Amino acid sequence: MTTRLRVLDDGAWISVDDSREVRVSELWRLDAPGFCACDLVDLVVENFQEVGVDGAGVEARVYGQCIACGATGTTGWVPIGRVRGGEFTEIDRSAVRRVGP
Amino acid sequence: MPTDVENWKSEAYGNEVRDRLFEFAEEGYESIPDDERDAWFERFKWWGLYHQRNGQEGYFMMRIGTPNGVLEPGQLRTVGEIADEYARGPGTNPVFGDAYADFTTRQSIQLHWIELSDVPAIFEKLEENGLSTQQACGDSWRNIVGNPVAGKDGQEVIDAWPVIAELNETFKGNDDHANLPRKWKVSVTGSADGSGQGDINDLAFEPAYKTVGGAGDGDETEDVVGFNVRVGGGLARNEPRLARDIDVWVPPERVSDVAGGLSALFRDNGDREDRYNARVKFLVDEWGADEVRETLQEEYVDFELETAGRDVREEYSYNAGEGERNDLIGVHGQKDGTNFVGLNVLVGRMGAADVLNLADLAEEYGSGEVRLSQRQNVIVTDVPDDAIDEFLDEPLLDHYSPSPSPFMRGSVACTGTEFCSLSIVETKNRQVRFARWLKANVDLPDDVDEFHIHLSGCTASCAQPQIADVSLRGMKTRKDGDPVEALDVGLGGGLGEDPQFARWVTQRVPVDEVPGAIANLVESFAAERDEDESFRAFVAGHDDDELDAFVDPEETDYEDPMMHNTKRTWYPYAENDSMEDAPSTPADD
Repeated sequence: MTTRLRVLDDGAWISVDDSREVRVSELWRLDAPGFCACDLVDLVVENFQEVGVDGAGVEARVYGQCIACGATGTTGWVPIGRVRGGEFTEIDRSAVRRVGP
Repeated sequence: MPTDVENWKSEAYGNEVRDRLFEFAEEGYESIPDDERDAWFERFKWWGLYHQRNGQEGYFMMRIGTPNGVLEPGQLRTVGEIADEYARGPGTNPVFGDAYADFTTRQSIQLHWIELSDVPAIFEKLEENGLSTQQACGDSWRNIVGNPVAGKDGQEVIDAWPVIAELNETFKGNDDHANLPRKWKVSVTGSADGSGQGDINDLAFEPAYKTVGGAGDGDETEDVVGFNVRVGGGLARNEPRLARDIDVWVPPERVSDVAGGLSALFRDNGDREDRYNARVKFLVDEWGADEVRETLQEEYVDFELETAGRDVREEYSYNAGEGERNDLIGVHGQKDGTNFVGLNVLVGRMGAADVLNLADLAEEYGSGEVRLSQRQNVIVTDVPDDAIDEFLDEPLLDHYSPSPSPFMRGSVACTGTEFCSLSIVETKNRQVRFARWLKANVDLPDDVDEFHIHLSGCTASCAQPQIADVSLRGMKTRKDGDPVEALDVGLGGGLGEDPQFARWVTQRVPVDEVPGAIANLVESFAAERDEDESFRAFVAGHDDDELDAFVDPEETDYEDPMMHNTKRTWYPYAENDSMEDAPSTPADD
């Protein structure tokens, strides 16, 4: 089954199968040593740049700011959810997300 | 590879979308196939319809483009009646009520909670009264802005209104310019005050004199008034740019040719593979102003371009931080001997009943015409001297004042999380609370009667935060370990002869500490300024660390009821605000 993934409205949303599923303005904890010097990045999600898949996983590259140190930039690929049986499930917002290159 | 948006636009865009929009309206929101919704919502923007954020599925923001902010006699009443009848949704705003109109920083009007099924009736009423939503959003010519009192302003160098009207007539609904790589914002200003804010637009025409004639022996020369051309300004995405001077002067009768040439240049050369790099400001970065001019000359116009003329930028005062006419509030003389009266509309939002009341007053005291400024305010024009006092005594003007507190007068705010997908924080109601608290608790030095505070919910910068005395931009932080809405604080931005963007000196201030921060900042300004020094000059004289120390966030008796993540609500002011309590789409009612 094909899953339609899109960044919409100037980066405000990740749309999965034409449903607005993941939004900006959340705080995400990232294990992303390359983003800033913090042990865990505490990222304000300001803008989605790209969305992609890794197996059943859906991931995105995100522009944002670490509120612990103030570093800004675009992340590597951040897991945002999974598609199972045609249904998208967003990752728990409190989870620590390991960021790929 | 072209983006999804480009693919959708290549399949259907522009004028042709209208028929399909009306079919969906007739058949109901649910008739839009699930797998086509993203595409159709993108296309609807060209017709001024923007799907509201999640939790508000099936409701739309409708933007009405009013060129140069001009509402001809009767048109404000039309807007008020439409707002009253159609802009009512399941959520009630605790400050503004159930039906209201928003006046925007680009002299347009936004209505919320519009249902798709009502769109044909609204369009019919708008068009019967000479109004339109065409190209109010989307990738094409947006609402053309300028000095709102063009044609009437006593300080005018040239009447820009006929030029703006011609551009609007030529490029609205024009299939050759309907599908651009990104939005295309044009400003045409004829006054010497800079109130068209050309510097922050994709394309700006600014008044300038050019000496012509003198080609042969004995020929006399004369100074002709026309426009200098600048390209590539804009504020969005942490990439603010001032429009670049391309060394072109154009007489009024050639503006349409040059504007069309530059629009076509953008259409053909803008980046359609990366929407974040698509605005013409990035093309100007890449090419430089000289190459823009050369390409325009060689490929897009069939006459010899003149070099730039003598501008009047040294007289620019609008949003300049000091001098006369920082805005257009108050009573000002028109060149026909009557007056225009600028009224402060706090954060640009006016209840439908007040809109209708103002339409009555405009007819009673003026010509019925009303105009909108880029500071979200309204201007009643054509008021004779002998009617001014009585007009100023009208009770409505107690609220929409021609002589407001500087904190009311200087407040600008975008839509925010109430309706907008991109915003990180609540804005309009918060800026109202800020302004009221500052008015009650903070004293500016006696000689300072304007102090601009712009609150934008995100880096899209719809409230133009980078050109304010105090710039506030939506952020998040943690307070006592909990995530809360926060604001970055920038200082010292403004336009004028030498425009400058604000310097972001203090980051991530919890929203409940922002009024205290501004109070401390004003206190330091009052104590440490040189005599008569403007706030903008004061900021320019200090480094970022010194300014950060002046900001000094502090809790006060200001209380902010929207500290939580307002994006996780279906509507932040609802009693039961969780997404689970979101209303069903209107078609399901």
